[in-house]
Amino acid sequence: MFNLGGFGPQILAGTVTTVELSVLSLIVSFLLGLVGASAKLSKNRAARGIATVYTTIIRGVPDLVLMLLIFYSLQIWINEFTDWLNNLQNSIDFEVQLDPFTSGVITLGFIYGAYFTETFRGAFLAVPKGQMEAGRAFGMRPFLVFRRILFPQMMRYALPGLGNNWQVILKATALVSIIGLTDVVKIAQSAGEATFRTFYFICIAGAVYLVLTTISNGVLMFLERKYMIGVRKAVL
Amino acid sequence: MIYILQNYWQALLYTDGYQITGAAMTLWLLVVSCAIGFCIALPLAIARNSKNPLIWGPVWLYGFIFRGTPLYVQLLLIYTGVYGLHFVHNTPMLAGFFRSAINCTLLSFALNTGAYTTEIFYGAIRDTAFGEVEAGRAYGMSQLTLYRRIIIPSALRRALPMYSNEVILMLHATTLAFTATVPDILKVTNDAYVATYAPFDAFGLAAVMYLCISFGLIFMFRRAERHFLAHLVV
Repeated sequence: MFNLGGFGPQILAGTVTTVELSVLSLIVSFLLGLVGASAKLSKNRAARGIATVYTTIIRGVPDLVLMLLIFYSLQIWINEFTDWLNNLQNSIDFEVQLDPFTSGVITLGFIYGAYFTETFRGAFLAVPKGQMEAGRAFGMRPFLVFRRILFPQMMRYALPGLGNNWQVILKATALVSIIGLTDVVKIAQSAGEATFRTFYFICIAGAVYLVLTTISNGVLMFLERKYMIGVRKAVL
Repeated sequence: MIYILQNYWQALLYTDGYQITGAAMTLWLLVVSCAIGFCIALPLAIARNSKNPLIWGPVWLYGFIFRGTPLYVQLLLIYTGVYGLHFVHNTPMLAGFFRSAINCTLLSFALNTGAYTTEIFYGAIRDTAFGEVEAGRAYGMSQLTLYRRIIIPSALRRALPMYSNEVILMLHATTLAFTATVPDILKVTNDAYVATYAPFDAFGLAAVMYLCISFGLIFMFRRAERHFLAHLVV
């Protein structure tokens, strides 16, 4: 039944790559989402405008298109920039090569940052204003208010959307194999081609994703219970 | 940019001279997969609400598998995996079906969107107000009439906002068709990129086209919501 034809370690390595890629993209998009949500709710009109354009465009364009766009253009832009630096000062002579993993993290983080912006915006709005005012009245600085009051309460409202976004990111990492990353999908494909058992190996890749999504479902349920501490629910 | 537009405008919009390509192909993929997905989802959503585990169990499993794995993996499985199986290879009808890229693409897209749509409709049917069902029963409606006249119309209305989201996500998912060599917008712009080596121009053009289609869909669904959910507008 479980005859992996010697591809077991590679599939495991590919799974690790998939998980690393999704966790790093989650961190990038989480931070971008916090910044974006703050910008969308700020009084500064320019910040609001930029954040709105960002979320509208990114959420209206398919992620695969954005991925190809950013992956191929980013390298050209970086090359042009380093060429410009080299021309500016001949003593500096360096170049930056983007590997699929880094550009995968950058693109996925950039794309899902827009989705996180919307999630966090709703969650920020759900925290009662009086809470923040009370924090200010205690003489807390804005960052302390954010860390101690806004963030812990906001997470409760953001968690369902966040969990959803995480599942989508996890599944979107499969797309990064199209731009050449050796993740679990890519390895399953090459293993299938080598052994003429494509169906079997792609099923294995699918099973890996099923296990990952099931585990993250469990973790999310645990986190939701943790952040719901102290909330009274109506008994129906 | 001008070069790409001059050389590829026809292929981007509807044809490259031999077959349907570009935006027409993207819309065709979207419409067919959503239509098949809808037809799968409606009966399955009703079955998912059944009390019998032998009925809702398989539907739950279908949703679990197709919503827990990436669409790209499903497409690979159907496009490259199934054709390699011996019994498919040796059955002329199945082999004929799975040899065509567009059939495989449509099948995997329809199964995927069907799983998500089932979940949407399942929630909408489950949340039907009990008073509506009781009123229907009190009128002496049979189970079939109850579903046909009361439950399904009101559930579909309530599902509309979620369903419009799913259709837009499906539009985004159709870009995967280019990995199976189906000539949709992304495939044409990828060819343009390979010919010109101007990734920003080529893929930027694709992004603008998808953005326009997305906005068009959002506009249509907003009109539909105003029509079908008129009773909810304050």
